[in-house]
Amino acid sequence: MRILVVEDDREAAAYLVKGLKEHGHVVDHAGDGAVGLEMALGGPYDVLIVDRMLPGRDGLSLVNALREVSDATPVLFLSALGDVDDRVRGLRAGGDDYLPKPYSFAELLARIDALMRRRNPDQVKTRLVVGDLVMDLLSRKVKRGDTVIDLQPREFRLLEYLMKHAGQVVTRTMLLENVWEYHFDPQTNVIDVHISRLRSKIDKSFPSPLLHTIRGAGYTIRAAA
Amino acid sequence: MQLLRLFRTTTFRLALIYLLLFLAAVLPLLGFIYWSSLMLLERQTDETLASEVAGLEELYRTSQLAGLIEAVTTRANRADGGLYLLARPDGTPLAGNLKRWPGPRDEPQGRISFDYRPKDGGEIRPARGEYFLLTGGVWLLVGQDVSQLRRIEGLILQALGVALAATLCLGIVGGIVTSRRMIQRLEAINHTTRDIMAGDLGRRVALKGSGDELDQLAENLNAMLDQIERLMVAMKEVSANIAHDLRTPLNRLRSRIEVALISLDEGGESASVLERTLEETDQILTTFNALLSIARLEAGTVASRRETLSLAETAAAVVELYEPLAEERDVRLVCEVSGPGHMTGDKDLLSQAIANLLDNAIKFSPQGGTVRVSVAPSREPQTVEIGVSDDGPGIPEADRDRVRGRFVRLEASRNQPGSGLGLSLVAAVAQIHEGRFVLEAAHRTQPPGLLARLVFPSLP
Repeated sequence: MRILVVEDDREAAAYLVKGLKEHGHVVDHAGDGAVGLEMALGGPYDVLIVDRMLPGRDGLSLVNALREVSDATPVLFLSALGDVDDRVRGLRAGGDDYLPKPYSFAELLARIDALMRRRNPDQVKTRLVVGDLVMDLLSRKVKRGDTVIDLQPREFRLLEYLMKHAGQVVTRTMLLENVWEYHFDPQTNVIDVHISRLRSKIDKSFPSPLLHTIRGAGYTIRAAA
Repeated sequence: MQLLRLFRTTTFRLALIYLLLFLAAVLPLLGFIYWSSLMLLERQTDETLASEVAGLEELYRTSQLAGLIEAVTTRANRADGGLYLLARPDGTPLAGNLKRWPGPRDEPQGRISFDYRPKDGGEIRPARGEYFLLTGGVWLLVGQDVSQLRRIEGLILQALGVALAATLCLGIVGGIVTSRRMIQRLEAINHTTRDIMAGDLGRRVALKGSGDELDQLAENLNAMLDQIERLMVAMKEVSANIAHDLRTPLNRLRSRIEVALISLDEGGESASVLERTLEETDQILTTFNALLSIARLEAGTVASRRETLSLAETAAAVVELYEPLAEERDVRLVCEVSGPGHMTGDKDLLSQAIANLLDNAIKFSPQGGTVRVSVAPSREPQTVEIGVSDDGPGIPEADRDRVRGRFVRLEASRNQPGSGLGLSLVAAVAQIHEGRFVLEAAHRTQPPGLLARLVFPSLP
């Protein structure tokens, strides 16, 4: 995957580039907004990672300029301005996701994955399948094998989000944002408890688990290899 | 009540003391005026009597008793208030307009006051007189009706009484008026001080502009408040600056650890050391972020997104988020809602505040305890209130204000995870919503538990 990182903090950029390369991405780096815009317009990229505050041209106007020429490359904003209104402003300017600094690398990777997935949406699905776990989005029924699994509405949304991102790492923050629509981290890790509850319903009495914990990152749902 | 309060004020007491001192000065003065005007009038009477007596005596010497009787009879018939009596040694009248000798006559001459009934009848009237023994054993009394004098005395007394009453009234009314003015100005200062204590540190005492002592007091108070505010801002800035400045290097540290972890095999010793380091770095960053968001909330630089929301729904959503955690800790989580509780607010911030309260309540509840969340119209009009109560050890009354400060953690909670910023954030969220954050005991029994109440202005 080709990724352009527009970030003026040299050291932060260096680690970002190194980390992304380690994960098999092709990464270019621009040190200011003007160069960043030029590069973004020049080469086809799959994802842009753009810092909000940049010399030359700030992140918001960079993305505005891109969108004006109908360039729809997914953009993930990075910013030290982590408040909700900054987030909203970023998304309104044409960003696709917004990650406040400090972010964890795992979080960033998970979000890049989600952005890519969003870019190539499968036609609207009415059924989600992971291994022998099947979710029917119309009748809102979940089955694993022949067993009907009874879920609370919130558990259903949680599982739906996980299954829509099957095979990807989904972080706790992503779950809080997308399933609960909260933009803060609770003091106690309440998401873990929700996951373990869900796990007991979909995995407990089955030989192969589908829901996995990824240490230091989050969760993923995938069929046994 | 109002009067009692008035009486308790220093100014009013001062006014009273002045009034008493004034009275102490005025009373002798009034007494002196009374006494001297009385003396003057009496002396006049006495002088008239004395000259008359001298005249009659002279007459007696020149024209003997017969002349005297004639003169006394003539004078007694003049209706000018003069009283005369010429009496034999045993007191029986010889001539004059008194029917009998009115008093004792022990001395050869003297002065007496007496009452008499005029010849033409009527009221008994007061009189004064001078008598003496003439050389033939005959007594002569010359008197003067003093009822007019007594009336004048009464008038003087009345006038003085009115003057005294007026002085008293003016003194008391003046005292009340000046002390009320004083009270009003002091009350204004007190009012401002209370507002400031309630958290509105920007308030200042209004100056009257006269440069008097109260204005000077207000100026000094204002200067003191400026100083306090500067110090508090400086303190907050310092902690926010530290957090801000350390965040960037910590971020780099964090990404370095993460990148290092990528190239290490999972499960190795170095990897697990790095993982633990990463976790602790995250903990520090979480604390810094909390500190910064509180600072931003308090500084009002967060453009919170206000919307009309239902406090009940917001609370119910957070309760739902925490429900599995409560179940895992064997704590009963009850949500009681009466009415939707419409208000204007930032949903995310309110949710976070409620989450912090629930987090604490579940953390400090004993196994089998109950955490109760209630949303209801408050006792105060036009407000809505959310209460979160637990069965935990509670917070001693003396510490309840303190725990809202930054990094304050009570001994009892030291062994619990947490940054000591949770309640500070709740307080900051309450503040930007023009709400109040109150901590109190949840039960009368032991353990008292804690009831955290957030009171917000409500929408109809």
